[in-house]
Amino acid sequence: MSEQAKKEIIKVSDLRREFIVGGEKVRALRGVSFTIHEGEFVTIMGTSGSGKSTLLNILGCLDTPTSGEYILDGTSVRTMSKDKRAVLRNRKIGFVFQNYNLLPKTTAVENVELPLLYNPAIKPKERRKLAIDALDAVGLADRLEHKSNQMSGGQQQRVAIARALVNNPVLVLADEATGNLDTRTSFSILVLFQQLHTEGRTIIFVTHNPDLAAYSSRNIVLRDGKVISDTINPSPASAKEMYDSLPIPD
Amino acid sequence: MNIVNLLKIALKALNNNKLRCFLTMLGIIIGVASVITMLAIGQGSKDSIKAQISEMGSNMIMIFPGGDRRGGVKQSADDMQTLKIADYEALATEAPSVAAVSPSVNSGGQFINGNNNWPSSLYGVAPSYLDIRKLKVGEGDMFTDQDIKSAAKVCVLGKTVVDNLFPDGTNPIGKTVRFNKIPLTVIGVLEAKGANAMGMDQDDVVLAPYTTVMKRVLAVDYIQSLFASALSEEMADQAMDEITSILRDNHKLAAGVEDDFTLRSQQELSQMMNSTSDMMTVLLACIAGISLLVGGIGIMNIMYVSVTERTREIGLRMSIGARSRDILAQFLIEAVIISVSGGIIGVILGGIASWLVNVVIHWPVNIQIYSVALSFAVCTVTGVFFGWYPAKKAANLDPIEAIRYE
Repeated sequence: MSEQAKKEIIKVSDLRREFIVGGEKVRALRGVSFTIHEGEFVTIMGTSGSGKSTLLNILGCLDTPTSGEYILDGTSVRTMSKDKRAVLRNRKIGFVFQNYNLLPKTTAVENVELPLLYNPAIKPKERRKLAIDALDAVGLADRLEHKSNQMSGGQQQRVAIARALVNNPVLVLADEATGNLDTRTSFSILVLFQQLHTEGRTIIFVTHNPDLAAYSSRNIVLRDGKVISDTINPSPASAKEMYDSLPIPD
Repeated sequence: MNIVNLLKIALKALNNNKLRCFLTMLGIIIGVASVITMLAIGQGSKDSIKAQISEMGSNMIMIFPGGDRRGGVKQSADDMQTLKIADYEALATEAPSVAAVSPSVNSGGQFINGNNNWPSSLYGVAPSYLDIRKLKVGEGDMFTDQDIKSAAKVCVLGKTVVDNLFPDGTNPIGKTVRFNKIPLTVIGVLEAKGANAMGMDQDDVVLAPYTTVMKRVLAVDYIQSLFASALSEEMADQAMDEITSILRDNHKLAAGVEDDFTLRSQQELSQMMNSTSDMMTVLLACIAGISLLVGGIGIMNIMYVSVTERTREIGLRMSIGARSRDILAQFLIEAVIISVSGGIIGVILGGIASWLVNVVIHWPVNIQIYSVALSFAVCTVTGVFFGWYPAKKAANLDPIEAIRYE
C-alpha cells in the first residue's frame, strides 16, 4: 500500500434490493456495505441465492438498489436515469461475462471497438488504435482479424477482457469469467487478471468457486443477502505458478 | 452516438445475415418494381391515346349547324342551313384564339377513272383544312386560294382512293377523275394516315375547293360544317367561347335564344378516353401498392425474429453503454436500409421491366418520375413504420435479462 490513501472506487452503504415475485416480496440484498479502493482485486463469492447476481447488477449499474447508497468513482448511482447509467457504464465499467458475449461473425478488433462506438468523443482512427492496444495487452496481437467463431474459448474470453479494458474503465467487473473454461485455460485467464491487478486495475470478480479466493487481494462472501465475511488477503497465490504446474493436454 | 457509427453497426448486422436480408428486401423490390412498371404502362397507354387524338387534331373544334338535338326530335331542313360563308370569313378574321378555320361541305358519290370506280366522299374545304386535320400533301400540291376564288375543278386524293382508281400504279397527278359528271384534275395526293382511333379509314377521302363543291356539285349557299383549330389545347375552351359569340353576333341571336349551331371539341373525346385509362392506372397502382404493403409486413416479421434472435447482443450492447435510443436507432436504421436498398433495386428492376414490356410486347410505357419518387418515399416510410415496433421492443429490453437470455 502506498503512503497516501487510495481513491475510493466503490462505496456501498446499507444496500437493499427487493423484488416482488409472484406477489411475494423477495429480499435479495438485506443491507450490504463495503468500500473498494483503487487497485484492489476483490472476489465476491456466494452460493446461488446469496444475492451475488443482484449485487453484481447493481455494482454494474444495470440495476438500482431499493434503498441504500452506491457511489461509483464519486458519482451517486441510485437516482440515475436508465440512459445516464448507460453512459456511466460506457465510460467507467468494463464487463467480462461467463459466456463471453462476443458478436458472432465479427473480428476481434471489431468486437473490442464496440464500446467505443457508443462514445462519440472517440474518432475512428483512435478507436482502432485503442482496440489494437487492448488486444495486445491480453496477448492477442496476432489474432486481430480472427472472427469470434474461429477462436477457442480462452481466446474469446481474452477478446472479451480486451473489450472490457478498451474504454480504460475505473472498474473491471467479471461475472464467473472462468466458468465456461477448462482448468488450465481458467488459470491462464486468472494469470491475466492478476497481471491487470499488478498494473493497478480495480477488479471485481464474482464467482461461486471458493478456490479462486486465494488469487485475489480481498474476498467478500455473501449469504442470504448479507456480507458474512470480508477478508484482506495480503499475499495472493500466483496463478502463473499454478498454470505452469498444470500438465499441457495433448 | 453518431449516425456514421449507427450506420456501420446496422450494415454489419445486415451483412451477417445476407440471405435473410435479401429475402426480406425481395418483398419491397417486387412492390416497388410493380408500382413503377404499372404506372409506366398506365401512363404509356394514356400518352398513346393522347398522341392518336392529337394526330386527329387535338385542338380541333367542329361546328355544326342546328342546336343541340334534344329528345330525339329531328330538326327542320331550315335549321340545318344556318352556317354561311360569312360565318367562315368572320371566324377566320375575328377570333384571336382560333389558329385556322375551314368550311366543309361534302358529298358522297362515285369517283371514276376509266374502267375503275370507287365510292368515296368529296370534301369541299379551304387549304387550312390540312393544318386543322393534321393532313399533309405527299405528292403534288394543295389547291390555293386562287383555286377557291375561281372554284377550280381540281382535287387532292387520299391514298385509298388513289389505290382504287389507279390500281396499276400510274401517277395520278395531272390526270382527270370524274365525280358524278364533273371532271376534276388531280393536283395532289395526301400522305397516308391510316385508320383513326375509331377504326375509320382516314385515307378514303377526296378534297376539293369548297367553292367548287358548293357551286358545281351541290349548288347550295350554306356550308354543312366548319372545322377550326385553337392555338393550343389549353386555349380550346377560350376559342369555343369566341366562336360562339361571333356566330351568335353574325346570326343576330338575341340573348336567351338558343344557339342555332353546335360546337364539338376533340377534347371531350380525349377526356373520356383519359378517364378510362386513369381508372386503369389507379387499379394497377392499387394492386402494386398492396404488394408494397405485403413487403412492409415482411420487414416487420423479420425484424421481430431478428430482435428475439439477437436478444443477447442487445443485452451486451446495453451493458457496454448503448442507451435505449441507440438500440432503437440501430434497428430502425436496419429496417430502413432494407427498405431503401430494396427500393433502389426495385426502381432499377421496374425500369428494366417497363423496358421489356415495351420491347417484347410493344406496349407503350412512360416511366413517371413521380412514381419513382413516390414508391421511394413509401418504401422509407414503410421501413420506419414496420421497423418501429420491433425496434421499440428491442430498446425496451431489460439488459439484465437480455444478457442472460438463452
